[in-house]
Amino acid sequence: MGRIVLNQVAKSFGDTQVIPPLDLAIEDGEFTVFVGPSGCGKSTLLRLIAGLEDITSGHIDIDGVDATNLKPADRKLAMVFQSYALYPHMTVRKNIAFPLKMAGLSAEETNRRVQAAADVLSLTDYLDRRPGQLSGGQRQRVAIGRAIVREPSAFLFDEPLSNLDAALRVGMRLEISELHKRLATTMIYVTHDQVEAMTMADKIVVLQKGLIEQVGSPLELYRSPRNRFVAGFIGSPKMNFIEGAEAAKHNAHCIGVRPEHLEASATEGQWKGVVGVSEHLGSDTFLHVHETGLAPSLTVRASGEFDLAYGDTIYLNPRADSIHRFDAEGVSLGTEQPA
Amino acid sequence: MATQHSRSAARFMMAPAVVLLLGWMLVPLTMTLYFSFKKYLPLRGGDLGWVGFDNYVRFVSSSSFWPSVQTTLVIVGGVLAITLVLGTLLALLLDQPMWGQGIVRILVIAPFFVMPTVSALIWKNMFMDPNYGLFSYLWEFFGAEPIQWMSQASLTSIVIIVSWQWLPFATLILLTAIQSLDSEQLEASEMDGATTIKRFWHIILPHLSRAMTVVLLIQTIFLLSIFAEIFVTTGGAFGSKTLTYLIFQRVLESQNVGLGSAGGVYAIILANIVAIFLMRIVGKNLDK
Amino acid sequence: MARAVTTQRKAFNTLLAWGIGLGIFFPILWTILTSFKTEGQAIADPPLFLMFDWTLENYAVVQERSDYMKFLTNSVVIAGGSTLLGILIAIPAAWSMAFVPSKRTKDILLWMLSTKMLPAVGVLYPIYLLFIELGILDTRTGLVVVLMLINLPIIVWMLYTYFREIPSEILEAARMDGASLKSEILYVLTPMAIPGIASTILLNFILAWNEAFWTLNLTAAKAAPLTAFIASYSSPEGLFYAKLSAASTMAIAPILILGWFSQKQLVRGLTFGAVK
Repeated sequence: MGRIVLNQVAKSFGDTQVIPPLDLAIEDGEFTVFVGPSGCGKSTLLRLIAGLEDITSGHIDIDGVDATNLKPADRKLAMVFQSYALYPHMTVRKNIAFPLKMAGLSAEETNRRVQAAADVLSLTDYLDRRPGQLSGGQRQRVAIGRAIVREPSAFLFDEPLSNLDAALRVGMRLEISELHKRLATTMIYVTHDQVEAMTMADKIVVLQKGLIEQVGSPLELYRSPRNRFVAGFIGSPKMNFIEGAEAAKHNAHCIGVRPEHLEASATEGQWKGVVGVSEHLGSDTFLHVHETGLAPSLTVRASGEFDLAYGDTIYLNPRADSIHRFDAEGVSLGTEQPA
Repeated sequence: MATQHSRSAARFMMAPAVVLLLGWMLVPLTMTLYFSFKKYLPLRGGDLGWVGFDNYVRFVSSSSFWPSVQTTLVIVGGVLAITLVLGTLLALLLDQPMWGQGIVRILVIAPFFVMPTVSALIWKNMFMDPNYGLFSYLWEFFGAEPIQWMSQASLTSIVIIVSWQWLPFATLILLTAIQSLDSEQLEASEMDGATTIKRFWHIILPHLSRAMTVVLLIQTIFLLSIFAEIFVTTGGAFGSKTLTYLIFQRVLESQNVGLGSAGGVYAIILANIVAIFLMRIVGKNLDK
Repeated sequence: MARAVTTQRKAFNTLLAWGIGLGIFFPILWTILTSFKTEGQAIADPPLFLMFDWTLENYAVVQERSDYMKFLTNSVVIAGGSTLLGILIAIPAAWSMAFVPSKRTKDILLWMLSTKMLPAVGVLYPIYLLFIELGILDTRTGLVVVLMLINLPIIVWMLYTYFREIPSEILEAARMDGASLKSEILYVLTPMAIPGIASTILLNFILAWNEAFWTLNLTAAKAAPLTAFIASYSSPEGLFYAKLSAASTMAIAPILILGWFSQKQLVRGLTFGAVK
């Protein structure tokens, strides 16, 4: 079990409202990601659910029980912190066993559960070490181990991978997804990295300035962003935005085309520009195109190797069914359906 | 950032310390105020009734009052100046590479462990005694007339003794602060062509300002109330009577509690003036 | 600063620093040396440094005059008791200030420190009366309470600065793990802050050990600690240098030894936690 419902939840610090009243339902077993730029209130929202902060108004229900005034410990949630928050003076074993000790479990049961968690997370060889003697990835696993032994109704992750280097991050990302599939427990995951959101989530909640911009599956968000913010935030490299006469042609204030929906050609096309920097990734090439008269710079994703040099003329064709249109407020008008 | 639960817990957990200190401050303070308006001579009749502001007027008009305020300020100011300047120099020296740094550090901090009564006795008798003190040998060795430290230079003597006790503290704090200075900052300034002296003024000294504030605060707290050093050296004679000591004499030696209490109120006012002044500086520096 | 320095420069630094260090330490060294001399040798002209007949006679005389062990026990009980009592009261308060800060936290902290500026003499007589009234004049209990109160602000402040270095996420993790406030402080905060707590205990033990206003004024025969033991040598016995030195050495030795054995914590503690 692990269904979490936020009902008109709002949070203010003094006179500043960081989260205006919002509604959100997180279904049992779902992997939900809160994503947004730093300062968007995603961590605060997580801490409200955890009970580490009081909500200013509204209700939080966990599994049908009003948890608004419950202490963190009584909400049956487990949290993995950004800094891992391991107890430096305890061994890995004691760290993982701590929540069980607090719950007053018998020594046998504690041992059994710690051993089981260590097996799952391949920490068996490190149980008697202290956190200080472990690598970043191992510490992360201990933090997860401490969370899973409690068998919580939901896991809360607060940017758990941001302290790891790029290679480890990819690995841990997989491990956490794997864990979710195996445990089938609700997980709420906070990150500012849209790649993590896209790759891991069942449901993404995009936040900006405390407001929910859009809720949906990764592909929904990618295909039909509700506004310019979501369109720009989801997808890498970022969507190109074009305003002015070209947008007016499509009956919009602004149009957006993703780099992968622009076709590059050396000879002919709808838009003409000059090649700036090209980033060669091997499988793809990202071209930055200038002097199109549409926007200061357009990014194009060409597959494979693409040999146009700096300063060469380039022609671009947007895919007709993938032109996102926005009004003056940035609200999406949908894509243009080819007639 | 916290929850209602933790905030009420916090108030509950802070209560014992706050209540105790509030009691420690208010109860005796109220009693002192009460006595200060009375003629109260424990050995000569006890409570002889209310006298209004008589004690306050008498305490201030006593010929010892203003000199004692001056003495207090001279001792506090003198010791602060000496320990801050010498402490900085010593800290700069100890920061340099050398052999046996650890041992030198122990030698330098040792005076802090010596109880004030002991250090005052040692200095008074074994160093500053005009007949047998080591200083008198030293002066005679160079053909000079030994100084009557306790009578001719009582204030200087006390400032020397107290500075010796507090120099370790200042040095250690400043040394810790110097060691925390980012060496890249110094190297960058060296690349920019700053001389050693300029580097000291523009980089090291500003970096030490917080540490100096701490030295200033803690030492002032302790120096305002020095007692043992005067008690065992001059006993308040030869112009070395601080406000603290004057009140002590009124209360215990002349057994005039009313008069002493009025003095106590003055001392509390003086301490508060210094405290407000200090807290402003410290409050600002504490946020960093 | 990790950089190469010429040997000459290093030698010069060493010489200068050792000279100054020994100069600062000299009064203590001289006292210890003198305590092993006879009274005659102690005032010899020119002064004798090491070439004298070492004797333990002074220690025997001092011990005979006043029971050293009684004063020592009083000092240990008073300094230790007041420090531990202070720590017990200060840990919860410092926890509140460090982890649940409010707008008033800084004001409360500064107010606590400012109580230390209240001149003790200003309230000496009231305290004296209260002590008589409560029957704790010249008792260890009375002094433990008073010294705890005068050092409490410093203890709270030091613990506060040490606690602030502990990331609050760890305490939040404990809360999520189901720890009660008591468990959080007992099993997580306190063990993590052990070095800071040790420094605080050491420094305040020394401050209490050396405190000479209340210990001199609130004790007589029964509860007098070493400060009173040594004050009795102020005059005219002060002129018997060898005996004065022996008594002084006996009074400061416990702290000097303690200080040397726990140098690291002490150095940390001596900065009152305020400078990193």
